[in-house]
Amino acid sequence: MNAVPEASELREVSGPSSLGGGRRRLLDLLWLMSVTEFKRAYFGTVLGYVWSLVRPLMLFGVLLFVFTQVFKVGSEIHDYPVMLLLGIVQYTFFQEATQNAVTSVVAQEGVVRKTQFPRLVIPLATVLTAFFNFCLNLIIVFAFILAWGVTPAWTWLLYPVALTMLFVLTAALSTALSVLYVRFRDVAIIWTVLAQVLFYATPILYPLGPNGFEDPTLMRLLMINPLAVIFEQVRVWVLTEPAAPTAAEAAGGALHLLPALAIFVGVCAYAVWIFAREAPRIAEEL
Amino acid sequence: MPIDNATAKTPALDLPPAEPAESPLAIQVEGLKKSFRIPTHRVDSFKERMVRPFAARDFRELKALDGVSFDIRQGEFFGIVGRNGSGKSTLLKLLASIYRADAGSIRMAGRLAPFIELGVGFNVDLTARENVVLNGVMMGLTPKETRGRLDAVLDFAELRDFVDLKLKNYSSGMLVRLAFSTMMQANADILLIDEVLAVGDAAFQQKCADAFREMKAAGKTIVLVTHEMTTVEEYCHRAMLIDSGKIQRIGDPSEIGREYLRLNFQHGSDVGQEAAPAVSEGARLLDAWIEDGDGKRAAGVEHGDRIRFRAEVEMTCDAAGVGVGLIIANADGVGMFHFGSPIEGKDGSGQLHTGERVKVRAELENPLAPGRYYVHCGVRQDGGRGDVSLYVHSAADFVVFGGDRAGGVLALEHEIEVEVEDGSAS
Repeated sequence: MNAVPEASELREVSGPSSLGGGRRRLLDLLWLMSVTEFKRAYFGTVLGYVWSLVRPLMLFGVLLFVFTQVFKVGSEIHDYPVMLLLGIVQYTFFQEATQNAVTSVVAQEGVVRKTQFPRLVIPLATVLTAFFNFCLNLIIVFAFILAWGVTPAWTWLLYPVALTMLFVLTAALSTALSVLYVRFRDVAIIWTVLAQVLFYATPILYPLGPNGFEDPTLMRLLMINPLAVIFEQVRVWVLTEPAAPTAAEAAGGALHLLPALAIFVGVCAYAVWIFAREAPRIAEEL
Repeated sequence: MPIDNATAKTPALDLPPAEPAESPLAIQVEGLKKSFRIPTHRVDSFKERMVRPFAARDFRELKALDGVSFDIRQGEFFGIVGRNGSGKSTLLKLLASIYRADAGSIRMAGRLAPFIELGVGFNVDLTARENVVLNGVMMGLTPKETRGRLDAVLDFAELRDFVDLKLKNYSSGMLVRLAFSTMMQANADILLIDEVLAVGDAAFQQKCADAFREMKAAGKTIVLVTHEMTTVEEYCHRAMLIDSGKIQRIGDPSEIGREYLRLNFQHGSDVGQEAAPAVSEGARLLDAWIEDGDGKRAAGVEHGDRIRFRAEVEMTCDAAGVGVGLIIANADGVGMFHFGSPIEGKDGSGQLHTGERVKVRAELENPLAPGRYYVHCGVRQDGGRGDVSLYVHSAADFVVFGGDRAGGVLALEHEIEVEVEDGSAS
């Protein structure tokens, strides 16, 4: 068995916290919770997974039709359909994870008020569950990408870097939102609106570069959004579209990516701080 | 394994409290304080925070715990009792690391398993297997350990055939059994239990009781928080009474039990005891109380014991044909039983004189369900048409405790037979 501390030794009990109970326990619990939740949602019913795929695919179908047939924006650009699909699937993960996380702590009220465990598990498990779903969707997306004629390049190896960035940002936002919602119940509504805004502030519908969205000032503004930076870089790395500007090019120089980096780091730091501050009192606030 | 060690070093196997005074400390609490801020106006949206940025500063402070210190030794069965709002639940949640203390320290030796409620964290959409594993990890075991313990849990709960059934398809009895055995198998050094004994049917309660005795025998440290005095007296080595966030007393369970009842009585409806002498027409109720078998005043009547009601009435006029009537009502004000008797008078003629004292001694069996009851007392002449008409609401009150917990207002002796026969139509 693992090292059980000597039973006769008195140790300080410091109360609940975000990590309380040790890192090992956090990871065990996190893994177990997200896996069981994922299994419950998608393996209990055959249609469970299909439904989770239908939503982004429907959106993709509609948007593809609108932007290639009605507005003819995308028809000039070679990689537009796959870029749209990849963007939508990635954004669906971001939106689903954060949206579910907002209410997660409050929804688990019964558990939070009656048991002791690392509080951080709750929002993170929500994000991880959404991430599993996302990974499944990615398999289908990559099949599409290959079918479209994109040849795998060495830059595909960089995709996990972008995914990690996306995951960290999503997790940080989810954590902060979940704990803010305990105090301020309008966070849910505010976030729905903000998430909508973020969707349009990220190059998903409109490609950057020639034949797309070319205004340098607007592109520079867009690159303040860390999500936009990640998504654009993914397009360069995965779709290897020669016309697509890298994030640095779109921002007008690598130095101009600093604001996005600052926001990224700021969100993460804020999430860690606010959760650590609120975690001991969540049970009382509920 | 911890169990073997514990059994070896603690020979406290039987009920006469073998004081584990020599063993090392399991829990040490010093100067524990906790207060809650109750905002007079709760700001729960950003919008409101914008509109009135200072609104949240307006709050009143509720001191739930005010400097509590105590020690619990290893192998001790320790009871914490207190009325509602006394701070016992707050203390429990602090011990369980659900709340954080404002001041003071809690130190503990070994792993703690808190059971604030049975089956917390059970997800009805998951199977028993998944729930047991999840619960075990929540209590601090590794997934491997919990999986190894799964068989033992299912055997204790007698649910082996239903491992892969989702909990939503379980009956409530099965659910309780699963929850309880999960808790039993957590194998912690210290168990923190909050009135979970009060669940399930009689057979299951018996099983729980046995399990508690076993844990006690195995030398586990157990902290039980309850307002059920009988449980404390039955199991605990020591008990602590807490009131208004302060420790009133720590000591022998039976001593604490008496103190607790006294406390309940003071705070509770004291209409009967202090305000009883009510002046009315024709007669005056001097006193009314409940007695125990030894003729001492009591606040409670154990289930199965007889209810002994005593009252003294003084006549303030001369009258004939007077009777005394009593009503036992429950806490909802529903009359449980009405009874009475004519007053014969000294010479048996039914004539009473001014200044004469009438002593009422009523004794009746107690089929009442646990709870608080009130005795309303009336003295009337000619069915209420005469000069004497006295009615004292809640002349005395008492608590019925013990007995099997069942539904309804009565706890009746009963036998029940259920038979199944083949149907004729097939």
